[in-house]
Amino acid sequence: MTPSEPIIDVRELTKAFGNNIAVNRLSLRVRPGEIYGFLGPNGSGKTTFIRMLCGLLRPDSGEGTCLGYDLFKEAERIRLQSGYLAQRFSLYEDLSVRENLRFMARIYRLPTVKETVDETMERLGLGRFADQLAGTLSGGWKQRLALAACLLHKPRLLLLDEPTAGVDPKARRDFWDQIYHLTAEGVTALISTHYMDEAERCHRVAYLAYGHLLTSGTAAEVIRGAGLFTWTVTGENVHRLSDELKGRDGVLQVVPFGHTLHVSGRDPDLLAAALSGLDPTRFRCEEGEAGLEDVFISLMQNPGGD
Amino acid sequence: MEWSRVFSFRRFGAIVAKEFVQMRRDRVTFAIMVAIPIVQMVVFGYAINSDPKHLPTAVVSADHSPFSRTLVAAMQNSGYFRVVNAAATETEAAMLLEEGEVQFVLNIPEDFGRRLVRGDRPALLLTADATDPAATSNALGASRLLVEAALARDLSGPLAHLRSSPPPVSLILHPSYNPEGITQYNIVPGLMGVVLTMTLVIITGLAITRERERGTMENLLATPVKPFEVMMGKIIPYILVGYLQMGLIILAGRYLFKVPMIGHLGLLLLVSLLFIAANLGVGLTFSTLARNQLQAVQMAFFFFLPSILLSGFMFPFRGMPVWAQTIGEVLPLTHFLRIVRGILLKGNGLRQILPNLWPIALFLLVALTIGLTRYRRTLD
Repeated sequence: MTPSEPIIDVRELTKAFGNNIAVNRLSLRVRPGEIYGFLGPNGSGKTTFIRMLCGLLRPDSGEGTCLGYDLFKEAERIRLQSGYLAQRFSLYEDLSVRENLRFMARIYRLPTVKETVDETMERLGLGRFADQLAGTLSGGWKQRLALAACLLHKPRLLLLDEPTAGVDPKARRDFWDQIYHLTAEGVTALISTHYMDEAERCHRVAYLAYGHLLTSGTAAEVIRGAGLFTWTVTGENVHRLSDELKGRDGVLQVVPFGHTLHVSGRDPDLLAAALSGLDPTRFRCEEGEAGLEDVFISLMQNPGGD
Repeated sequence: MEWSRVFSFRRFGAIVAKEFVQMRRDRVTFAIMVAIPIVQMVVFGYAINSDPKHLPTAVVSADHSPFSRTLVAAMQNSGYFRVVNAAATETEAAMLLEEGEVQFVLNIPEDFGRRLVRGDRPALLLTADATDPAATSNALGASRLLVEAALARDLSGPLAHLRSSPPPVSLILHPSYNPEGITQYNIVPGLMGVVLTMTLVIITGLAITRERERGTMENLLATPVKPFEVMMGKIIPYILVGYLQMGLIILAGRYLFKVPMIGHLGLLLLVSLLFIAANLGVGLTFSTLARNQLQAVQMAFFFFLPSILLSGFMFPFRGMPVWAQTIGEVLPLTHFLRIVRGILLKGNGLRQILPNLWPIALFLLVALTIGLTRYRRTLD
């Protein structure tokens, strides 16, 4: 496998549970060494997609490779070279940090269990919790332990399913530092998240809704591709304007951000006209740039797209 | 108004209503809550009978007088005895008793009829398999009167004087294997099977459900570990637990209850492996069916209930109607109880326990097959 070949390359991947199509003909490429963000509302198929990549679920149809191995025939090899971090803490709460890591090291049949475990604990700063039961760790440290457990076998690909949900901002930043270090070493990471700031940290992002891939690319590409024009409106009690503005021609969505409103539309002239009627003594309108969040909200509201 | 600070009917009502909604959602729990009383009613009401009748009996007769025939007919008519072999040899009869095929053996000595007429008060020997005293005591109690009453009719005319006391025959009762009729001799070995069934089914039922409920199964499945490795890795420790329990019960039986152990303990430990594995197979199957740990425990209980009631542990097996015996025959505990009692109390060897060994093996095979196929399916 040459360095330029994609780490993940799937075409038309589909998975249904009964009548519910969780992932619908999804095609995606992830390049080596990049952090690929996976966004979308709950139930959009992010988890199902990640589970198919690590061999937990078998796709109904489609084709693809992961780490150069066939998704259908070589799931075993994919597992050996990828690390999966489940949404929910899935190590043993009644084992200590060290016992958990030792267990995982032995499951992966690592030749030097003790050294690898010590090294990994050192690297992630888990040393002082070594003999503490995993169940007694705080959310952030649990997550770090979980990350440690999927790094033991030095995977080339990390599949992280909402790794920072419910984790405090400091721990989240530390977590991302780790991810950056790892990708600098050549590891590829696929991360699903609900946080916009995290989406912006990714090299590229994809947005999923109802099992469909709606958009993908770098943040700039995604914003450009959305064709969304956004104005910011500030002023006293600006939120009261929200409903009124939503009804006007040319206004697609109004999203509150603290004391400002982000008003977006697809036609810049109509949008400008819609805002021109506002009392300039009370409200200040400025033409701004659509952010990822504006784009995602518009995708979420109009998943059919155009 | 003031009362609502202490107790509010609306708050209380909200809790009650919520509880009912949740109860309805958990179908398995609800089904078991309904099924358990029904099963208990049926089992207690119809199946359990502490006055077992129609107990299989073999007759070894060296006498061909009409008196012998009268005796055998009278025993049948009493309802307690059911003669399954009317012309057994000594060895045949002994084997049938050892294997538990018959509960009683009646020995009629040579010249019984002639000596009876002569007024010699000939002896009759009634041997019982008394490992479970509850199964035989009523029949044994009835036998003396029965014999006298039966012969009374034949001893008429010139023989009428023989009817007077002392009785015309001397009936010797021999409750073998447990001559003093000590209940513990039966219960303590039986407990071994009951304890193994109860703990092993629950523990394995929980072992896999717990991994799934806590989400750790997901992590495990994303690693290269194979389902068979998980399965075996989980079962082996509990087999050891099973043996530890057996060891404790054997020690307690020996030193606290002074239960005689005349058979080969090594044989018992060996064949127990099959029984332990059968129970683990059941637990495994439950753990693939149950959605949470509570359901797994309830399923285990649902298996345990008929096991304890219909296996012959609590109530004599032969006292139950045929349908209940049929259910009992399926359960591994039924056969294990016979094996344990056979080895410990009767000194059975492999040959005598074989008829009870293969049903356990068959059960194990079916349970494991279901468990493994179900387990594989849960991966997707």
